[in-house]
Amino acid sequence: MTKKRCLVLACGALAREVIALREQLGLSEADMVLQCLPAILHNRPALIAPRVEAVLKERRHEFETVLVGYGDCGTAGALDVVLAKYDATRLPHQHCYEFFAGTPKFEAIVDAELGSFFLTDFLARHFERLVWQGLGLDRFPHLLDAYFSHYKDLVYLAQTDNPDLTARAEAAAKRLGLNFVHTHVGYGDLPAALAKAAAHV
Amino acid sequence: MANGDEIILEDLSDDDLVEQMKDDLYDGMADEVHEGTQILLKRGWSANDILANALVEGMRIVGVDFRDGILFVPEVLQCAGAMKSGMGLLRPILAATDSKASLGKFVIGTVKGDIHDIGKNLVGMMLEGAGFEVIDLGINNPVENYLRAIDEHNPAVLGMSALLTTTMPYMGVVIEELDKRGILKTLPVMVGGAPLNQEFADAVNATRYGRDAAVSAELARALVGMNH
Repeated sequence: MTKKRCLVLACGALAREVIALREQLGLSEADMVLQCLPAILHNRPALIAPRVEAVLKERRHEFETVLVGYGDCGTAGALDVVLAKYDATRLPHQHCYEFFAGTPKFEAIVDAELGSFFLTDFLARHFERLVWQGLGLDRFPHLLDAYFSHYKDLVYLAQTDNPDLTARAEAAAKRLGLNFVHTHVGYGDLPAALAKAAAHV
Repeated sequence: MANGDEIILEDLSDDDLVEQMKDDLYDGMADEVHEGTQILLKRGWSANDILANALVEGMRIVGVDFRDGILFVPEVLQCAGAMKSGMGLLRPILAATDSKASLGKFVIGTVKGDIHDIGKNLVGMMLEGAGFEVIDLGINNPVENYLRAIDEHNPAVLGMSALLTTTMPYMGVVIEELDKRGILKTLPVMVGGAPLNQEFADAVNATRYGRDAAVSAELARALVGMNH
């Protein structure tokens, strides 16, 4: 079998961004194959590394390079062990908030307000399912304080300039009782990581 | 008048009531756990026995199922609420009679840079159920807070919690400081939190790693037993 160029095995939360950037890079679906894992895995980070490994075990041999579209994402190094085993790389930093915002901006936000709850375009779009229902607030609304009493701001790290998503993020802030902060960050470190993965032929 | 499906707690034997309370706790039914606790107290059960057999044991089962992915955080919080409803009745009795000798003080806090406390609060509840006097430092604790609490309270155990992979290394900073001051020789330190594991706990020289709230309470009891 002729090896395809690159596999991007990414969190589903990055699907739209990877597709948009692939197009911007002038790459075809065959040049950069995108496979996603469910974003809901972030609710149980211990499952991320085994799920990534299962895919790499099956498909690594098909590709020249593999970029895993996760940060450490709460795996506490377990993902890096899998990547080393299968000669794959991942996105930099601990999580998507940091690689979208960039470390200086991310650290400045957290230094200014430790109680910052972050949304990306994806989370603004899927707030109801992943955050509200994911935390059980649809069934147990009285748990809101247990989850959010120490948070002050909802910081929307926007990848795109989308008034609908901005409105959704603001509505989410209101629902959580948090101050709304809107920061356009774009795609951060993602374009460079994708370009680097695709350059390895 | 009860309908056919409703369970009348008053009609249950002691053993059946305890089992029902464990089920009700698992289902997060705070009113029912409260009622069951009241009934057992009226029947002459000691507060300690109700705590151990119905509440703590019920929460232990919750912890096992959470670990196995059957229950998730929202359900566990509901269960904790049910346990608290029973403990609310027992706490003043335990404090007034001092019937259970305290195992000592357990100082617990989330580390610097971390504002998460759900796990810490669950551990605190189980530690109280196990017989500790819990000194809760809250969230975002620099090493000075832990040192001050150790000085003030002379605890039997120190516990640290973290939910972020970025904050958990700070546990190593605290332990190193305790070691420099010679405190680590006599004060066991437990660590816990979702991103932690035994390997990390060993790497930072923690005494014990508590993988969940119920296990943490059992480990803490064992630590105190070892020191006596």
